[in-house]
Amino acid sequence: MGALDGIIGKLFGSISPHTRSLGFEVVSMKDGVAVAKIPYSAELVGDPLSGVLHGGVVTSMLDTTGGVAVISAVGLPTPIATLDLRIDYLRPSKPGEDLFARVECYKKTHNVAFTRGVAYNGDEADPVASMAATYMLRTQAFRAPGGG
Amino acid sequence: MAVRDPEEFLAELRKTGRFDRLIDAIPYARYLGLNVRIVDGDLLTTMPGVDKLIGNPVLPALHGGTVGALLESAAIFKLLWEVESIAVPKTINITVDYLRSARVVDTLARATITKHGRRVANVQARAWQGDEAKPIAALHGHFLLKTRDT
Repeated sequence: MGALDGIIGKLFGSISPHTRSLGFEVVSMKDGVAVAKIPYSAELVGDPLSGVLHGGVVTSMLDTTGGVAVISAVGLPTPIATLDLRIDYLRPSKPGEDLFARVECYKKTHNVAFTRGVAYNGDEADPVASMAATYMLRTQAFRAPGGG
Repeated sequence: MAVRDPEEFLAELRKTGRFDRLIDAIPYARYLGLNVRIVDGDLLTTMPGVDKLIGNPVLPALHGGTVGALLESAAIFKLLWEVESIAVPKTINITVDYLRSARVVDTLARATITKHGRRVANVQARAWQGDEAKPIAALHGHFLLKTRDT
């Protein structure tokens, strides 16, 4: 990560109480591609019988990582807001394993940024979920990605 | 509360409407602070506006992921209530539309089963704060059902 990317990456982990609560951290962000991590936690389990993480954790993670990818593509901290987010659940997250996300901002217009990505445990080629999301750029009130 | 036999647990849930027991059994639902009420025969799911669910402290606004999680949970609760499931439905996919910024107050959600067959249900859900006619987010999704017929 460059110096600015490093600062922005840290901000996403620490400014938002929710991402801080999830233990969300940006692993890398460069040229419109962001990688992030949420450590496994018993508190975030959706199925008590198997210990699998709840889908909502995957939603928060992909929404936020998509926002980081957009900021990385824009190159400057800019107010954005999620327009829509689609998630396909491909397999359960492995109990006890950390969750990663890799999202790419593949197109940016004057108003809208388009992203796609995956969530995975160890192996990106065997994803837990895939996502596609769009974000409005330059929203009036400042919103962190995922900030409503 | 530990769930030993999901089929029996879910049959009991449909009989009693004790969603608090279900929420107690799901760590992440407890984390979100979800609450389910039965109002005029329909389920209303509430998520409290608390600090740890804030995505943007400047506005401030709830994190979009938590609103998505509320909507997905409301959809699953509705399926558990209406369909004779022997296991918790699995989410195949969801699409969430974000319509307004989510203030840090109680957020309510209501789900509608658009269509369900033997294996798959299509569900829509809406979330609002204060005025149900002004939704802050909407979801539609597909859920895999497990019933005695499947």
